[in-house]
Order: sequence, then C-alpha cells, then structure tokens
Amino acid sequence: MKKSGKAEAADLHEPAAANGLLHRRFFLAGGAGVGLAALSGAAKAEPLAVPEWTRKPGAWFSAYGQPSKYESKVGRGAIVEHNPLYESGPGSIRTPLQFLEGMITPNGLHFERSHNGIPDIDPEQHRLVIHGLVKRPLVFTMDDLARYPMTSRISFVECAGNSGALYAKDAAAGTAQTLHGLLSCAEWTGVSLALLLDEAGVDPKATWLLAEGADAASMSRSVPLAKAMDDAMVCLYQNGERIRPSNGYPLRLLVPGYQGNMNVKWLRRIKLTAGPTMTKDETSKYSLLLNEGKSAQFKFQLDAKAIITRPSPGYLLKQQGFYEISGLAWSGNGKVTKVEVTADGGKTWAQAALSDPVLSKALTRFRIPWHWTGQAAVLQARCTDDTGYTQPARDVLIAARGNRAAYHNNAISSWSVATGGEVKHVYA
Amino acid sequence: MSTLKLAAALILAATAATAASGAVETPMLGKPISLADLAPWDLSIGPDGVGLPAGKGSAREGKQVFIDKCAACHGLEGQGQPADRLVGGQGTLTSDAPVKTVGSYWPYPTTLFDFVRRAMPLNEPQTLTSDETYAVSAFILAANGIIKPGDVMNAKTLPKVKMPNQGNFFIVYPGNLK
Ligand code: HEC
Repeated sequence: MKKSGKAEAADLHEPAAANGLLHRRFFLAGGAGVGLAALSGAAKAEPLAVPEWTRKPGAWFSAYGQPSKYESKVGRGAIVEHNPLYESGPGSIRTPLQFLEGMITPNGLHFERSHNGIPDIDPEQHRLVIHGLVKRPLVFTMDDLARYPMTSRISFVECAGNSGALYAKDAAAGTAQTLHGLLSCAEWTGVSLALLLDEAGVDPKATWLLAEGADAASMSRSVPLAKAMDDAMVCLYQNGERIRPSNGYPLRLLVPGYQGNMNVKWLRRIKLTAGPTMTKDETSKYSLLLNEGKSAQFKFQLDAKAIITRPSPGYLLKQQGFYEISGLAWSGNGKVTKVEVTADGGKTWAQAALSDPVLSKALTRFRIPWHWTGQAAVLQARCTDDTGYTQPARDVLIAARGNRAAYHNNAISSWSVATGGEVKHVYA
Repeated sequence: MSTLKLAAALILAATAATAASGAVETPMLGKPISLADLAPWDLSIGPDGVGLPAGKGSAREGKQVFIDKCAACHGLEGQGQPADRLVGGQGTLTSDAPVKTVGSYWPYPTTLFDFVRRAMPLNEPQTLTSDETYAVSAFILAANGIIKPGDVMNAKTLPKVKMPNQGNFFIVYPGNLK
C-alpha cells in the first residue's frame, strides 16, 4: 500500500544506515533545513563588501577558453620524469576525479596512457585501411570518414591497470586520482565500425580483427569481430570537438566497456583475421596472472565498480555536520542499477541516488547525504549492474585471483575518515 | 544504432530504385587498394607465422645487435633496467614477486618478432632489418635457454619454437572472469 506523504517524509528522515548516512531523498522530504542547520552551529557571516571585479570591466574574449586560474590545482598530476634515455616513451597521466563532478570528463583532463609518446599526425596524410579477410580492402581519408552517417555515445574508457594498487598487500597512500584516475568518460562521435566492415565485405572465415595505431609503438590489439559488429565505433570527435592528439587524433577506436588499451588511438589499420594476433599487449601485458601460475587472456569487460570521489583522500572535513557523499559508478557490461554506500566499513549500507542520465557503459554519478558526527568512519561504495552482478569485497577478489593479477581490479575500495577529518585510503 | 538505422532508412527512401532491388546504399567512400600497395603497413604476425618476411639470424649474430641497440635500456644480459627485463624469471610466477619475461611468461615466439619489428628500439622503431630482427629475437630466446645459440631463426623455424609457459594461458572470451 502506498504511504501518505507525511508518513513517507517521516521515513525519509530516519537514518538510512549507521554512522550518519541519510536517506537519498532526505532533502526532498522537506523540513530538513531546521534540524541540520541547528546541528552545524554556524558562526555569524562577515559583512559583505563590493569586490573589485564588479567595479571595472572584465577581460576580453579568447579564441579557446581556459579554466579559472584559481582552479590550477585541477590537473592530471605531476608529470612523471621520464628516463633520460627515452625521448618520451611509455607513460600515463590520470584524471583528477576528486575535483570533478557530473559524469563527463573535460577533454584536457581525460586520462592518457601511451606506449611511445603522442604522435603529431597530419590529418590530410592520415589513412585508415581495412584489409585481411575482406572482399575489398579499402582505404579511407579522414574527409571520407567525416562524410559518413555518425553516431554519438557517452562512454567511459578505463585502463585495465586502473585500481591495480588494490592488489598490493598494504593499502597504498593515494587519492582517487592516483589510485583510480585511469578512468574518464566522454561523448564520442564517429562512424559505426560495422558499417565500414560491411562495405569492405567481411569474409565468413574472419572471427577477429587487429586494430593498429600510427604512433611509434604501432599499438596493436585483437578485437573479437562480434564486438566490432555490436557497438564499436571509429571516432573523430570527443565531447563535441575533434579528438585531442593525446587521445588519438585524428581517429580512435571505441570498444565500449572493454579494456582501455583496446580503444586504439591514432587508428590507421584494421585487419580481419581468423584468430587473435597475440600481440605483446594481449600476452605479456593486459593478461591476468592468477593462482598456480595460470594466466587469463582476453578478459575484456571492465566489471562493475564504484568509487567515492568526495570526500576522498586530500579532503579535510573541517567541521561536523552535513556533507554530500558523491562518486562514480560504472560497468563494462551494461547499466548501473544500484549503488550502495556504507559509513561503517560495510556493516550497514544505504542506497545512493543515481543522477540522470544512467547510460550503459558510461560513468554514472551517485550521491547520498551524510551527517558526520565527528566519529571515525570508513566510507565505501559498491555497484550493482543490470546483469545482476555486484562488485566484490577486496578479500573476495584476492581469494579468487591471488594478488599478482595486476589488471581489472574492481574490488570495493575504502576511505577512512579520522576524528580530525583527514581522509585516507585503507583496507577494511 | 538508431541514428544509423535512420540514416539507412533515409537513404533507402531517397533511392527508391536501389530499394526496389533490396540493397541498402551506403556511402562507399573508401578506395580499393591492392595487397602490394598496403604491404608496407601490414606488419602484424600472428602465432601461425604467416607473413613473416624472408631473412634469418641466430643468437650469435643477435648478440651484437642487442649490445648496440637494446642493452642501454634492457641491460647487457637482458636483465632489465631501466626498461623491462627480458631474460630469466622462470619458476617465479607462483611466488609473491613474479618476474614476467619473454622466457618465463610469453606464450608465443611470433609475438617477439612482431613487437620488436614494430616498436623497438624505442628511440628508433622500425629501423631494424629483417635479419637483425630475427637475430635479436634469437638472442633473447637463447638467453632464456629456449633455443640454442647456434639455432637459426627464420620464417619457418621461429613459429615452431615452443614457449615454456604457453600451456598456462587460457582464453576468457567470450566468457568473463569475475
Ligand atoms: C631507449 C630505450 C629502449 C631501447 C633502446 C630498447 N627498448 Fe625495448 N623496451 C623499452 C621500453 C620502455 C619498453 C616498454 C614498451 C611498452 O610499454 O610498450 C620496451 C619493451 C620491450 C619488450 C617487451 C617486454 C615485455 O616483457 O613486455 C621487448 C621484447 C623489447 N623491448 C625488446 C627490445 C629489443 C630487442 C631492443 C633492441 C633492438 C630494444 N628493446 C631496445 C625501451 C627500450
């Protein structure tokens, strides 16, 4: 039976889980303001002054906008010094998840992983060739591809090595960025790969394809043909503008939900094959070393995961009272259906609100109100997707896989909040 | 998906003649290319070794290539530092500190030729000749005790090399590992 408005409002004001977690619709219930304001005991505000920038004209326009200078801390972290022997070489740089909101990663903050630098590709000279087990090998210019019917989809890209630190025996000091920042989400626009493959005429013997980049690593990965025909795209645009050089300009493959490395950047070649090519980055790397020396190859999907971005390490809770816990959840297997949050290290859980839109294989923003009473807390979030799968506790994942797997760690991660308000990465 | 279907539908509607024949017209803007003309890009070598180029080399010849072009980053004996260790590590995969190298971990010998030819040396990729690539691959395999120093690697012999750890790999796809 449906409850009356008043009775439901009363329920929404009950704690949703221990240690201060409030109902996800707490603020919709009304009458909440009084209670919380009284508890936070705010001091009187300073008198207001009219600032300088209101009393003189502002700056002129610029051709390409930049963030406020006051946001300079929001970057992809210290550039790691490369070995003097390398011109640039392999490396990565991570998205500052703890400073961002919503589900979209700004282009200048999308994570980057590359294996021999960022090539400086002239789009006039760049080509995409489709060959191998096809009736008609074809070459496309970028102008050709820009004339095709396009599709757009919002999709996350996550490096298979993201959160790999959680395999270590001891909890590493780190932030949402340094531990989980090989993760970003953008709106990608381009041409359905299935359409191009149909034009080339796929030979029935083909079951895989090799995708290869034009960078100095000639990065190459095998992709099952079924995935290519299902939802893969060759992308020209990222969040409305041409893809940036560091993310694959002028052309990148998108294989939604699969290991980041397979979304081959600087895409120049697709070869249809009768089996996987067994490249370095699908044998030596991006395979999972399990117990008893066994290695799992071609585990592609990035399974369901959630992380709390606010508060997270680097934040200091300066006073007791209201905080919104906010984070990201995603699944390479479909849509997020539920995110649960705990403030007592997993003893009691409350369901978080999911922010629209909730899209398949895209980051989903979740939020839940929290009243911090100043006690020690351990915050965790866990994601369930529309296949019914819920991400595992860390000890469950390690028991199944051992701690040598390096990749695909989707265990629940934990932030401790100390009585002084410091937030740290812990195992709980 | 739906955008694509819509586009296809529009094209169908606009070209009634084609539609009558049952074929969906697509842009078809790609230009045909001959196998000979795309050969310079067709680098990849699968485990069957199809496409391996002519040429040959043994570990004895490969040692000098390795010293000149690889050792600065991978160590004189392939022991690693600053870049990946290429030699040793056998018997460590079940330990707490597994050492994954060409010898202890890699499942296919063709991967070595494929990768070195496309991406190494890091500072000047795609500059080795086929003979040098076979020879330096032979050097790394011999340093791992997988072949003998005199064994000649070529398009026929390389794919037949049995990698000691191959049997430990299994393929997850189309399933999933949870
Ligand atoms: C300037 C430094 C440098 C030089 C010179 C160099 N390499 Fe490398 N090598 C690297 C780096 C860095 C990587 C990792 C590449 C990556 O991340 O994809 C690597 C990776 C490799 C790997 C894969 C290792 C693994 O287990 O996945 C092999 C094999 C290899 N190099 C062989 C060679 C050979 C053979 C030469 C000489 C012809 C050579 N390298 C020269 C830096 C170098």
